[in-house]
Amino acid sequence: MNPSPAPRSRLSGAVVDRLFGWAARGAALLTLALLIGILGSLIAGAWPAIEKYGLTFLVRSVWDPVQNDYGGLVMIYGTLATSFIALLIAVPVSFGIALFLTELSPSWLKRPLGTAIELLAAVPSIVYGMWGLMVFGPILATYVQQPLQKMFNGVPLLGTFVSGPPVGIGILSAGIILAIMIIPFIASVMRDVFEVTPPLLKESAYGLGSTTWEVVFKVVLPFTKTGVLGGIMLGLGRALGETMAVTFVIGNMNQLNSLSVFEAANSITSALANEFAEAGEGLHQASLIYLGLVLFFITFVVLSLSKLLLARLKKNEGAKS
Amino acid sequence: MNTATSTGQRLIDAAELAETRRVRFAARKRVNTVALALSLAAMAFGVFWLVWILWETLRLGLGGLSYTLFTESTPPPNEAGGLANAIFGSFVMVSLATFVGTPIGIMAGVYLAEYDPRGWLASVTRFVNDILLSAPSIVIGLFVYAVIVSRFKSYSAYAGIVALALIVIPVVIRTTENMLMLVPSGLREAAYALGTPKWKVITTITLRAARAGVITGVLLAVARIAGETAPLLFTALSNQFWNGDLGKPMASLPVTIFKFAMSPYENWQQLAWAGVFLITVAVLGLNILARVLTRQK
Repeated sequence: MNPSPAPRSRLSGAVVDRLFGWAARGAALLTLALLIGILGSLIAGAWPAIEKYGLTFLVRSVWDPVQNDYGGLVMIYGTLATSFIALLIAVPVSFGIALFLTELSPSWLKRPLGTAIELLAAVPSIVYGMWGLMVFGPILATYVQQPLQKMFNGVPLLGTFVSGPPVGIGILSAGIILAIMIIPFIASVMRDVFEVTPPLLKESAYGLGSTTWEVVFKVVLPFTKTGVLGGIMLGLGRALGETMAVTFVIGNMNQLNSLSVFEAANSITSALANEFAEAGEGLHQASLIYLGLVLFFITFVVLSLSKLLLARLKKNEGAKS
Repeated sequence: MNTATSTGQRLIDAAELAETRRVRFAARKRVNTVALALSLAAMAFGVFWLVWILWETLRLGLGGLSYTLFTESTPPPNEAGGLANAIFGSFVMVSLATFVGTPIGIMAGVYLAEYDPRGWLASVTRFVNDILLSAPSIVIGLFVYAVIVSRFKSYSAYAGIVALALIVIPVVIRTTENMLMLVPSGLREAAYALGTPKWKVITTITLRAARAGVITGVLLAVARIAGETAPLLFTALSNQFWNGDLGKPMASLPVTIFKFAMSPYENWQQLAWAGVFLITVAVLGLNILARVLTRQK
C-alpha cells in the first residue's frame, strides 16, 4: 500500500540503464583509442630517428649501435623476404587443403581434419621457434640445403640463391616456418569462402560434365576470388608480424651482402625482440621504435586490405545468389 | 555415288571428332586426378607438421618433466632447478590480464551487438578491432613500453599484465559480438515487452543465452596470451628468482623458454623443452575445451 518505492526504483533503473549504456560505449571507444594510442606513442617514440633520417631510414642498410648510425633496410628486407617465401609455400598448400576439405573429404573426416588444421594455428609461436631451431633446422640443412648447393653449384642465378653456410638458419628456414604457421589461417578462410559458393553454381557445372578440378578452378575460385585474396592478405599480415618463430631461426645477422636464402639475416620483429630491452635511450631506441612503426604501418595496410576484400565478398554474395 | 562418298566422309569426321573428344576427356580426367592427388598431398602436408611438432614436443618435453620442475626456481647454468617462478609468473599475469581485459571486451562486444550495431562508431570499432586482432603483438609490447615502462622507469609485472590485457580485449570483443548476434531477437523483444530495462535485458537475457559462446571467447583469449612472448619481452622482462611483487620484473614461461632455448647450456635447454611441453599442453587443452563448449550449443 506504499506507492513510493515503484517510482524510485524506476528512476534508479533508468540511471543504471544509462550508466550501462555509457560503459558499453566507453569500452567501444577505448578500442578506438587503443589504435590511436599505439600510433601516437610509436610516432612519439620514434621521433628522434624520424627527425634525423626521415624516409631515407627505409633505404639505409647501416645498423651500427657503436657509431650510433641506423637504417632499416636490412630488417625490412628480411621481413619482406621471409613473408614472401612463406606465401609462396602457404598459398598453394592452403588451396589444396581447402579443396580437400570442401570437395573431396568424406564427411566424417571433415571435422577432425578441419580441427587439426585449426589447432596448428593455436600452437604458440615460441613452440614453432624452438622446434624450428632444434629439430627442423638441422634436418633442413642436411637433407635440403646441402643437396641443393651441390646441385646448383656454379649455376649463375640459382647458385647465388643457395650460396652461404647451409646450417639450417636463415631466411629460408624462417620462411618455411612462417609458411607452416600461416597455412591454417589461409586454409580456414579459403574453406569458409568456398563453402559459401551457391551449390546451384557448382551443380550446374557438374551437370555439364565438369570434373571436380574444373568446378573448383573455374567456378568456385572465380566466384570467391576476393575472399581468397582476403584470406591470403590475412596470412600475410600474420607472417609480417610474427616474432618468436622468426627470431629463433633467422640468425639475427645484420647483413645484406648476398641474395642467398640460406644466409642468416634479420627481420623487424627479431631485431626488436633481441635488441630493444638492451638498447640505450636515444637514437638506438628511437630507431627500433621507428622499425616497429614501419611494421605496424605495413601490417595495418595489409590487414585493412584483407578486411575490405572479405567484406566485399560478403556483399556480393547476396547480390549474385 | 556422290551421296555414298559424303556419307563415308561424314562417318570418318564423326569418328575423328569422337576420337579427339575421347583424348580431351582423358586429358581432363588426368588433370583432375593430378590436382586431386596434389590436394590430398597438401592436406597430408598440413597434418604432417602438426603431428611432427606435437611428437617432438612430447618426446623432448616429457624427458624434462620432474617434480622439481614445479617446486624450484630457474637455476643458474649447469645446475639443477625448475620452472616454478616462471609458471607462477605466467599464471599470475595471465589470470590478471584476463580479469582486466574480459569485462572491457564484453562491454565493447555488447555495444557492437546491442546498441546501435549499424552506427558509425560500431563500424569503425569493428574495423579497428579486426586490425588489432591480427596486429603484431610485439607492437603492443612497444606501446606498453612507451606508455608505462618508460614513464615509471622500470620493467614490471603490471606492464606485462596491461600488454596481455590489450591482446585479450579484441579476442573477447569479436566472440562476444558474434555470439550475441546469434541470440534470437524474439527473446529480446519478449523481455522488452515486459518492461525490462535494457541493461537487465542484456545482463540477464542475452548475455546469459550467449554464455557458452562468451566463455569460449575468454578461453581462446587465455590460450592466446598464455603462449605470447613478444609483448612480455620488454614489459615484464624476466626474473631469475621467485617474485611475488607486481611492481618488479616477473618471469613468465614463454620468455624463460626463449632465454633458455637460445643459451648453450644443456640443462637450460632441457628446461626450455619441458616449458614448451607445458605451454603446448595448456594451450591445446584450452582450445579443445573451447571447441567442446561451443559444439554443445
